[in-house]
Amino acid sequence: MTSGPDITTGRVSAAELASSFDDIHPPLDRRTALIEASRCYFCYDAPCVEACPTDIDIPSFIRSIATGNVKGAAETILDANIMGGMCARVCPVEELCEEACVRNTQEDKPVTIGALQRYATDDLFDHGLQPFKRAPDTGKRVAVVGAGPAGLACAHALARSGHAVVVYEARPRAGGLNEYGIAAYKVPNDFAQRELDFILGVGGIELKLGMALGRDVSLSELRQNYDAVFLGLGQNHARALGVEQEAMSGVLNAVDFIAELRQATDKAALPIGRSIVVIGGGNTAIDIATQTKLLGAEDVTIVYRRGPDHMSATWKEQQWTQSNGVRIKYWAQPRRLIGWPADAKGTALKEIEFEYTQLDEDGRLTGTGDTFALLADQVFKAVGQAFVPTAIEGDRSSELLEMVYGRIAVNEDRQTSLPDVFAGGDCVAGLDLTVQAVQDGKLAARAIDRKLRA
Amino acid sequence: MADLSNDFVGIKSPNPFWLASAPPTDKQYNVERALRAGWGGVVWKTLGEDPPIVNTASRYGAIQYNGTRVAGFNNIELITDRPLDVNLQEIKQVKRDWPDRAIIVSLMVPCEEDHWKAILARVEETGADGIELNFGCPHGMSERGMGSAVGQVPDYVEMVTRWCKQNTRMPVIVKLTPNITNILMPARAAKRGGADAVSLINTIQSVVSVDLDRMAPEPVVDGRGTHGGYCGPAVRPIALRMVGEIARDPECAGLAISGIGGIATWRDAAEFISLGAGNVQVCTAAMTHGFKIVEDMASGLANWMDEKGHATTGTFHRAAVPNFVNWEELNLNYKTIAKIDQDLCIQCGKCYIACEDTSHQSIAALRDDQNKRRYEVIDEECVGCNLCMHVCPVDDCITMVEVDTGRDYANWTTHPNNPMRKEAAE
Ligand SMILES: Cc1cc2nc3c(=O)[nH]c(=O)nc-3n(C[C@H](O)[C@H](O)[C@H](O)COP(=O)(O)O)c2cc1C
Ligand code: SF4
Ligand code: SF4
Repeated sequence: MTSGPDITTGRVSAAELASSFDDIHPPLDRRTALIEASRCYFCYDAPCVEACPTDIDIPSFIRSIATGNVKGAAETILDANIMGGMCARVCPVEELCEEACVRNTQEDKPVTIGALQRYATDDLFDHGLQPFKRAPDTGKRVAVVGAGPAGLACAHALARSGHAVVVYEARPRAGGLNEYGIAAYKVPNDFAQRELDFILGVGGIELKLGMALGRDVSLSELRQNYDAVFLGLGQNHARALGVEQEAMSGVLNAVDFIAELRQATDKAALPIGRSIVVIGGGNTAIDIATQTKLLGAEDVTIVYRRGPDHMSATWKEQQWTQSNGVRIKYWAQPRRLIGWPADAKGTALKEIEFEYTQLDEDGRLTGTGDTFALLADQVFKAVGQAFVPTAIEGDRSSELLEMVYGRIAVNEDRQTSLPDVFAGGDCVAGLDLTVQAVQDGKLAARAIDRKLRA
Repeated sequence: MADLSNDFVGIKSPNPFWLASAPPTDKQYNVERALRAGWGGVVWKTLGEDPPIVNTASRYGAIQYNGTRVAGFNNIELITDRPLDVNLQEIKQVKRDWPDRAIIVSLMVPCEEDHWKAILARVEETGADGIELNFGCPHGMSERGMGSAVGQVPDYVEMVTRWCKQNTRMPVIVKLTPNITNILMPARAAKRGGADAVSLINTIQSVVSVDLDRMAPEPVVDGRGTHGGYCGPAVRPIALRMVGEIARDPECAGLAISGIGGIATWRDAAEFISLGAGNVQVCTAAMTHGFKIVEDMASGLANWMDEKGHATTGTFHRAAVPNFVNWEELNLNYKTIAKIDQDLCIQCGKCYIACEDTSHQSIAALRDDQNKRRYEVIDEECVGCNLCMHVCPVDDCITMVEVDTGRDYANWTTHPNNPMRKEAAE
């Protein structure tokens, strides 16, 4: 008789793992890329460009692919978005550029902009080309905190303009969410690392790893020692469910597990439950659910407290996880964690009780009072992350750093209330997307450059 | 059901679709496959005198356009490279086995009467339905004083045609080269020589592309290339125009025309026939897709004819010829303007930028109250050029609407701006 959780390693063979964690969307080959590129109308005032947070000149790069000028296509992309390769893999294109494509109106099938963007940037990477050249040294120095998409995009643009950039990163590796947060099957073959190398390849960027703001270096110090500072701190705190006994074993943070999985040399060595429940409705929920399913979990259920349209994961992502055998239950919220009888190691999770939810007359979410329970060896919390400003607290500079809704307040130039401090990415308000972080970093770098040259 | 049967200068075939003289008709094996597939007739690959010529490797180049392969096709092949006897024997066999199909023999021999006389006798002996004189081959043969070297000199066309007419009972079709300034010159010459028909076009002299790695024209033969003959969909408008010019030329009246050049569908065939062709010949489309395409050509043409009430091809043959006129005969008081169907519009902006950058600034790029793009024609500015209609990717989204100018028909010949105007007849 079962008397405890069924959590074990090696649920699937190495061969199965290799194929299931391979590229979710295999790259286009030359022929398919040409056919797809020929579908683009080369629109004037193209709606797709307006829908891209980094304003990539999409019709122009697609036309370059069509004419065989693939390097030119990659240059157009990377000039607007230095992480065009990563964005091509992780952007929710069905809600960005591809949703805006005029081909949708015509035939419900957009030009596959993301796939073409990947085709062009992969080609440039595969040829080991470096299209950017650093401008002559300006003698100015800028500190960037956080080597995630925002920080790296900012660092690259500044370095390109001739400034010397030092990037402080708390983790042992650079890349931020690209390295620690994105599902493994979206970035096989160590793409994040290759992209990082490419970005650093422009020169003038020094990485200081294992250096955390607020611990190893303070904002006041940075302001003193550099001409400007960019904060790309990301979100540093996984939200809690707000139920009792969350410390019970088997209750895990999805982001931690995803990071572990990305860093693991042997994915099969990660302990996986037979039955898994994921709570949340975003990308993280989709990624953890799909990945645990691929790692051999038998039953994986995402439980989300609202309906499909409210999920921040797109319809396509919901479909994708469902097609991988994950079940999604909408309209229910966790009430109670129920454990196995405690042993020497403490209490382990056995099941979770949920309460059905609905919207009341004022559109507020309320529980209906009816409940159900799901057996779970592991539950992954994916109810969002938050920015907790501990790193910039308790230091004179940060006292002056204005916040809005728990994030750092910035203007259009991504300038904070301190004129020499800029910020972007998930630590400021806006879309929590890689592509938005890149845009923040790019805009901040432009403003910093203008300021330093003034 | 429409009757597709065809009578071209007395040569009968079950439909107006013949295969043009080219690789698809080079030997009995191919020709039998074609006839089995349903082609109405074939013009056998051009015969010459022994010893046969030799061909190169490779032989073809092609233009790809927006992912479409073989949008234009180019070859540096010569006439048949098989012995005359073998070809004649096979022709005889095929004609015996397929009596209801048109079997035409294409010929090219040196420009001396004896040579023509000799070969005509041998062709006649096969029972073939007619001959086609290849005055069109633009490469290889013309350097030897044959092919388009003859086709480019109207007097030679007339002379050789006459020799043939005098030396055979078979109908004579003269195949014209388009590599000439005025297609009417050789057409009229053929008529003077007594030709029953002309067929056109043969291929257009071309260099299809340059291999930028090997720095040589394609197809590259051991590092070098030569000019070839261009055909396929890309040449169809040129062929259509030449067919139409001959069809409406009073001096060519009564001269039958076999239309060739880029024909791939029933619609292409209908267009050629309405502009004067008595039947059509196909080469590149068959080389691209195989012989089976004739099935749709036949059923498509028959369905279209049924829909339009044409019992035979005769009822629409030349129907467009009277409306093919010189520019000066067009009505300058006729006006159309573009109209955009906002329900069909997908907001690509192509009409706007085409008109704004390159035409008459007659389309406004607007945003509605939801910031959605909206493109509107500025009626007063529109000159009715139809550029926007052509660049719009949506069928029928932009149409040209007739506007009543309240003025009667008047053309350039009487226009005040014309220094050489004729006074309008009272
Ligand atoms: C490979 C090739 C070989 C050809 N050989 C001949 C030939 O021997 N005699 C001839 O009269 N025309 C020849 N032609 C021309 C075709 O009969 C035809 O006039 C021309 O290709 C235009 O028709 P299309 O656009 O349907 O191909 C040849 C064409 C091609 C592509
Ligand atoms: S960056 Fe993202 S949104 Fe922008 S064009 Fe590329 S895939 Fe689309
Ligand atoms: S909207 Fe679609 S068709 Fe138009 S430029 Fe963008 S990708 Fe091309």
